[in-house]
Amino acid sequence: MSTKPEIKLFNKRLLRQAVQESFVKLNPVLLIKNPVIFIVAIGSVLTTLVVFMDIFNGSFSFFNFQIAVWLWFTVLFANFSEAVAEGRGKAQADNLRKNRTQTQARKMTGKHEVLVFATELRKGDIVLCKAGDIIPSDGEVIEGIASVDESAITGESAPVIRESGGDRSAVTGGTKVISDQIVIRITSDPGSTFIDRMIALVEGAKRQKTPNEIALSILLSGLSIIFLLAVTTLPAFFAYSLSASGLPGSQNLTLPVLFALLVCLIPTTIGGLLSAIGISGMDRLLQRNVIATSGRAIEAAGDVDVLLLDKTGTITLGNRMATDFIPAEGVTPAELADAAQLSSLSDETPEGRSIVILAKEKFNIRGREVHRLNASFIPFTAQSRMSGIDLRTEDGLHQIRKGSAEAIRSFILNNNGFFPQKIQDIVSELARMGATPLVVAKDNKVLGVINLKDIVKGGIKQRFAELRKMGIQTVMITGDNSLTAAAIAAEAGVDDFMAEAKPEDKLRRIREEQANGHLVGMIGDGTNDAPALAQADIGIAMNSGTQAAREAGNMIDLDSNPTKLIEVVEVGKQLLMTRGALTTFSIANDVAKYFAIIPAISASLYVGKSGTGILSALNIMQLGSPQSAILSAVIFNAIIIVLLIPLALRGVRYHPVSANTALTRNLIIFGIGGLIAPFFGIKLIDILINL
Amino acid sequence: MTTQDAILLILFISILAGLTPVVGNYLFMVFTDGKHFMRPVLGWLESVTYKFAGINPKEETNWKTYTSNLLLFNLIGIVFLFVIQLTQAYLPLNPAHLGNTSWHLAFNTAVSFVTNTNWQSYAGETTQSYLVQMLGFTVQNFVSAATGMAVLLAVIRGISRKTTDKIGNFWTDLTRTTIYILLPASVVLAIVLAGQGVIQNFKTYETVQTVEGSLQILPMGPAASQIAIKLLGTNGGGFFNANSAHPFENPTPLSNFLQMLAIFIIPMGLTYTYGKMVGSLRHGRTIFLTMGILFLLGLGISLYSEYSSNPIFGNLPLMEGKETRFGITNSVLFSVVTTNASCGAVNAMHDSLSPISGMIALINMMLGEVIFGGVGAGLYGMIIFIILTVFIAGLMVGRTPEYLGKKIEAFEVKMAIVAVLAPSLVILLFSAWASVSPVGLAGLNNPGPHGLSEILYAYSSAAGNNGSAFAGLNANTIFYNLTTGIGMLIGRFGIIVPVLAIAGNMAQKRVTPLSSGTFRTDNWLFASLLTAVILIVGGLTFFPALSLGPVVEHLLMNSGLTF
Repeated sequence: MSTKPEIKLFNKRLLRQAVQESFVKLNPVLLIKNPVIFIVAIGSVLTTLVVFMDIFNGSFSFFNFQIAVWLWFTVLFANFSEAVAEGRGKAQADNLRKNRTQTQARKMTGKHEVLVFATELRKGDIVLCKAGDIIPSDGEVIEGIASVDESAITGESAPVIRESGGDRSAVTGGTKVISDQIVIRITSDPGSTFIDRMIALVEGAKRQKTPNEIALSILLSGLSIIFLLAVTTLPAFFAYSLSASGLPGSQNLTLPVLFALLVCLIPTTIGGLLSAIGISGMDRLLQRNVIATSGRAIEAAGDVDVLLLDKTGTITLGNRMATDFIPAEGVTPAELADAAQLSSLSDETPEGRSIVILAKEKFNIRGREVHRLNASFIPFTAQSRMSGIDLRTEDGLHQIRKGSAEAIRSFILNNNGFFPQKIQDIVSELARMGATPLVVAKDNKVLGVINLKDIVKGGIKQRFAELRKMGIQTVMITGDNSLTAAAIAAEAGVDDFMAEAKPEDKLRRIREEQANGHLVGMIGDGTNDAPALAQADIGIAMNSGTQAAREAGNMIDLDSNPTKLIEVVEVGKQLLMTRGALTTFSIANDVAKYFAIIPAISASLYVGKSGTGILSALNIMQLGSPQSAILSAVIFNAIIIVLLIPLALRGVRYHPVSANTALTRNLIIFGIGGLIAPFFGIKLIDILINL
Repeated sequence: MTTQDAILLILFISILAGLTPVVGNYLFMVFTDGKHFMRPVLGWLESVTYKFAGINPKEETNWKTYTSNLLLFNLIGIVFLFVIQLTQAYLPLNPAHLGNTSWHLAFNTAVSFVTNTNWQSYAGETTQSYLVQMLGFTVQNFVSAATGMAVLLAVIRGISRKTTDKIGNFWTDLTRTTIYILLPASVVLAIVLAGQGVIQNFKTYETVQTVEGSLQILPMGPAASQIAIKLLGTNGGGFFNANSAHPFENPTPLSNFLQMLAIFIIPMGLTYTYGKMVGSLRHGRTIFLTMGILFLLGLGISLYSEYSSNPIFGNLPLMEGKETRFGITNSVLFSVVTTNASCGAVNAMHDSLSPISGMIALINMMLGEVIFGGVGAGLYGMIIFIILTVFIAGLMVGRTPEYLGKKIEAFEVKMAIVAVLAPSLVILLFSAWASVSPVGLAGLNNPGPHGLSEILYAYSSAAGNNGSAFAGLNANTIFYNLTTGIGMLIGRFGIIVPVLAIAGNMAQKRVTPLSSGTFRTDNWLFASLLTAVILIVGGLTFFPALSLGPVVEHLLMNSGLTF
């Protein structure tokens, strides 16, 4: 993970901005987008009017005034939650913007180099970037190789290599060339570059409601209509009851009281926090250095139930490592190790280096300088499929080679040696276990076998087990043969694997899974991954990848870390859980509010000998007075929004468990908790009011 | 409560639980056009019907055609009933020489029988001729029940099929349900009931001398045939005004017991059928459990309140308005069963129930008649609540909500909200109107909170398509006939149309396979969740109104005041 400057959940500057924004958001055009809060706003305006009319009539009611104030607070608190969430995004956008300075670019026109402003560059222009230049816009390297500092967007300070051709050809505007020079073809017009889009996304400027958010909004509006119905019909039932109790109709419920009841009942908690939850989902992804191109993608991430994972880099460490020396008959392990080390001294591949390291660890054979040994290095070629050294000693020239069993067999046979059956057996056995055996030979004699193994990443097996508990299948994709693939699949604990997979196999697999109703997530980087990335429900492109891959995916991982896919799924799930939890909490809260308000408003009805209304039997919280009861409910309703902002921004705590366990947990906390909490909250506020 | 009462309850519950899979399996065979024992007996009737009506039973339609066929069929039913009531004086089979009914009564009654409500603003024996009762009401008793099951069947297809827009053929569903389910069952039940003493004749009313020596006119008529279907089809419209409290409709404790069984049996069986058709018997059982919990909850509270001491009358349970032949337990059980199942047949006057048992009857209807509910209607109403529950709670497992592999999205939520809103709208708006307008208040027999309960009951009964009355309300006025009539229409079709829309939309979706990450809908957790959502959504909507009606009444009764 990179070390991006963490933006604290609440910092003073952000809060001050958010408070200002809360008032700006009182604009009815903005408010109407959130029907639940809009209803509260209407209530606030009308209640305020009543207060003014009271003053005008000389009958100022402090109670009505307080209700009006708290209704306004309810709206402001809801606005505030959204503003805080947006503010965090804006702060991140500002960080990004700093890097998008007015750079100049060396535009190539024919053979000439012209200095232009970055903003003048269009798609298809060719520019040259030398060491020290800031890359003016997004593009693809068409010539050369350079190391590039991408810390501006990834926060990662170690430079990365960008080169023409292959899978590392994309460069991002705002990053800096550190060494060498590259020629770049610009791939986006100003305003639509990667950083521009990123800024727009984190600022929430282009934020659209996601499908689930729309469905939830409909539910919340529906519930609001039901409660609107319950509250607007109440005065009629009240009028009936007044006349039955022998009271004048003028004692009917007042507008402020009706709005107090309505606002308490409609789901203001989730209504107020809904957009904050959505924005913070994006934000949490960004904390993990992943950018989603839409909120819809994050939602889909929660639904993904099949993950296609590349073996290399995700499941295993990038490269194979030597783990054992298995000598042939009549050879000591030390002899074999010595030869193996000699053959690998100049082998700069990770496999070669791992052999040298293993020799040192096991037999304390130190590194030697090849040229001092009077030896010449024989590099690996596609024809020979071997590497090694030719060593000149007193007794003549010795050829030490290492390579695949077939290559060494023909080498030995050419030198009139013979290839022992036992070695062949060992080789087959190792291959069966998923390893890559390398045979070492000296002249016409086989010395033994080096066991090169894929090293499965630590903890990955447990991770897959967690995924399985969550109902997510993992499929390993590898170019290895099926024997090797099966062995690694078993070791890593994936559910399925695709061996000898070609890019079109990936695409076909995704389509098959989707036809069976699955949602598929994958991560990829190369040009040939682009169709699969586009087809997958969640396609995460690595930032190091090609431009084509980055365009095809619906998320981009700035760290280019293949394990990120799993984290993205977790963020998606957490987002959906938070929404569900707060909805449940909001609805469960209503029960207590009824028990506060109904006895309070009907205190005057059917008054018995005791002098109190018969329905005060429902006042199970023993609230001080009818007025304080109503006020307490309204205050609780407003304050709970503020109290839950941190939860909305952070998301509910996430555990990789089965759906059933997660549901039980969340139900106990937010369902039953939501039922009980307001009884205590309202009572507490009532005590404070009546102090 | 006596041991006998306890045995009665246990017997009632265990017989039903035992019959549920048997009946459910038979319904499954009929619905899926499989082999069943009625096919050889009545198969000819089915094919004759298709030939006569020109229906191709294999041709399936999308939800819009299905819905318009259903609406057309019901409209014709309403118009026909309306006309024959207004002309019954000129039509045959009218031995008591009853005159034509008023237009508003005809409208109300026509709507009432077509919507499977069977709200009766009139007394059957003094208002409707045998012709209207048989050709009009009894026919609608069959087809309105069959309509309910057809809707359910279409919904099941919508949920269990994938990527298609066809949800069945309304005419085929209607025909099969009527011929293979309702017809044979009511013939059997009618014969059994007649054996118990329910009358079945076409005689003119008889005048007899009572023990005290005065003369009494005894209404006669073909009661047994109509009563069987009134129960099996959860219609509830009695032949006589006193409904199942009338000795000619419900003569013995055994007939009473059978009648209660008959109300519940098809709705219960359907839960099993549903489970089997959507491929999860466990889910069917979970729905059964949820309904069972709500039933027992209501029954328990009702019984407790009827048997607990009434401070005004000492410790005696109240017998006013109840048949001494049946006693308290049978009357309360009947009241809970009939309001659960959207039946509306009564064997006691609900007006005379204790405030709390009256409230339970009210709540049963206000919750949308989903506790077993009307045939078909109860279950599709329950599916609406299931969709809401899945949507609210499903998110908490970290996936976008899905039900039986189908995603619940904006469209389903919107339609579910419409379906929940429609009956609530009727109950609250009309009750509010009636409780403040002179025309509404004119119908009240009782003052105080009890009057409010009467109003609430009338509209809950209409909106829930229940049809039972609180009996204190004089409903045969233009105001009540029109408002309850409109209420019944909204309560019926305001749910059927959105439900069919959901079916049509769900049929087009693909199915996500089950995994451990799927929100489970087939366990205790879901049953309790569903129960909670039904109670909370229903409760929150009606709590203010209920607290000013039956709750106040109960509290006042405890302080020594009655109405």
